Amino acid sequence: MWYNLGQGLKNIWRNKLFSLASIATMSACIFLFGVFYSIGVNFSEMVQTAEEGVAVTVFFTEGVSKDKVSAVEQEIKKRPEVAKYHFVTAEEAWESFKKDYFKGKEELAEGFSQDNPLANSEHFEIYLNDVSKQQELVKFLQGLDGVREVHQSEVAANTLSDFNSLIGYIFAGVIIILIAVAVFLINNTVTVGISVRREEIAIMKLIGAKDKFVRAPFIVEGVFIGLIGSAIPLVLLFFLYQGLIGYVAEKFRFIGGMIQFVPVADVFRILVPVSLVLGVGIGYVGSRMTLKKHLKV
Amino acid sequence: MIRLENVSKTYQQGVPAVDNVNLHIEQGEFVFIMGSSGSGKSTLIKMLLKELEPTSGEITINGQKLSKIPRKKVPNFRRDIGVVFQNFRLLPDRNVYENVAFALKVVEAPNKEIKKKVPMVLSMVGLAAKYKSLPRQLSGGEQQRVAIARALVGEPRILLADEPTGNLDSANAWEIMHLLEEINERGTTVVVVTHNSEIVDKMNKRVITIKKGVVVEDRKAGESNVV
Ligand SMILES: Nc1ncnc2c1ncn2[C@@H]1O[C@H](COP(=O)(O)OP(=O)(O)OP(=O)(O)O)[C@@H](O)[C@H]1O
Ligand SMILES: [Mg+2]
Repeated sequence: MWYNLGQGLKNIWRNKLFSLASIATMSACIFLFGVFYSIGVNFSEMVQTAEEGVAVTVFFTEGVSKDKVSAVEQEIKKRPEVAKYHFVTAEEAWESFKKDYFKGKEELAEGFSQDNPLANSEHFEIYLNDVSKQQELVKFLQGLDGVREVHQSEVAANTLSDFNSLIGYIFAGVIIILIAVAVFLINNTVTVGISVRREEIAIMKLIGAKDKFVRAPFIVEGVFIGLIGSAIPLVLLFFLYQGLIGYVAEKFRFIGGMIQFVPVADVFRILVPVSLVLGVGIGYVGSRMTLKKHLKV
Repeated sequence: MIRLENVSKTYQQGVPAVDNVNLHIEQGEFVFIMGSSGSGKSTLIKMLLKELEPTSGEITINGQKLSKIPRKKVPNFRRDIGVVFQNFRLLPDRNVYENVAFALKVVEAPNKEIKKKVPMVLSMVGLAAKYKSLPRQLSGGEQQRVAIARALVGEPRILLADEPTGNLDSANAWEIMHLLEEINERGTTVVVVTHNSEIVDKMNKRVITIKKGVVVEDRKAGESNVV
């Protein structure tokens, strides 16, 4: 066991250049994966926040009849993308407006009490379960009879989710290419290791070494390359992510409330095990493949 | 016990290197295999180790038919056989001790056993003092002894030695032969391939002579050289 561990590490050392190239590629691969994951987590958090907010508000033409309003309500009810909605009367709208803008000085608003300045502001607030359908819903609602105006939430949630999946495709593509390169390089590393030790391997087999024992150092080599290749980018990502949060909090204090980063611990709780498994997995599979090809034991 | 029945080996479309050999070697025997260069001696040894498969015929060692040993069991089979390869085949980057310990490490022997057995076998072959030397710092005879020590350290029942005195002067060759004789006296079956007819004649052991892959003479121990 220790012998194999030692031999595996020796292999890496003996063929530094290839090992280094493999580790570097692996690191790049895991690094990109980490960046992608961090961005993804933050975006989906933002999208979710956007989804939780009011997505669409429907206002009515002046003096609209109760029938028309309930007809619109029926239409809203039928839409599958609508998670929930509720009707806000003009009085409720005024109350909430007072609360927001005359906080602590409600008496200032008393002057308006007889004549609701928001008399025309009764509306439906609609919450969506799928933000990507927002545009479609808005178009539909605008076409309805009695509807004066349809407001959308300010965060363009659909652009956000489109962007998210575009980045997803690009990153997935790059990561797949990098995995292929990493496997290729590990293949090369192990192949070189095997050819350097060909005589030793031949003797080992002739004096009774088990196949597993002959293979083990190369598996160790691959796994270790994977381990280092994922540990390096993880450490890098950790400091980068933390640094970024700090930087944004410092420089853009005024929008601090708008951009809410997912805490480092939350991101890394998932990222660390997944990256390690990915790295070690690539290393294992890479060396395993090579052994199958070059080491007929 | 080693038994060969109608064993032939032909490398890709050539003339047979080993041609219809029938042999029976008892446990504890000391056997020389002689023959000129290219007569098929190494090929025979390699088949005994299951490094090569016979093209036809059957080899049985310690009751096991070699053709019936599944791939996974081959290592265990080989652990019962010590080999001294033609040209030693020591690991150049490891010293004497490590080269001998290597044979135990690859069969996953516990460290305690390695620490006990390696010095023992090294002093047996007379190399205890040079355990730190690298192969290239040793004479041919010394290298040969390291190779023998490596073959013996696992305490095999059979020792196969392919030209163990190949490049040695006669004094060194004799020392190696006496060492092999000593090993044989402890109960190990010893099969020695050699060119050295002077030694073979004086040692009075069984001698199997092959010529172009065919056994042309099988002289029992104690019988004098009739030719
Ligand atoms: N791997 C191989 N491929 C093809 N032919 C081979 C191979 N190994 C040996 N031979 C041929 O088989 C024959 C027997 O070779 P072998 O090595 O068994 O001879 P040997 O008796 O050990 O000779 P030496 O005394 O020189 O070691 C020779 O003609 C050789 O050329
Ligand atoms: Mg030979």
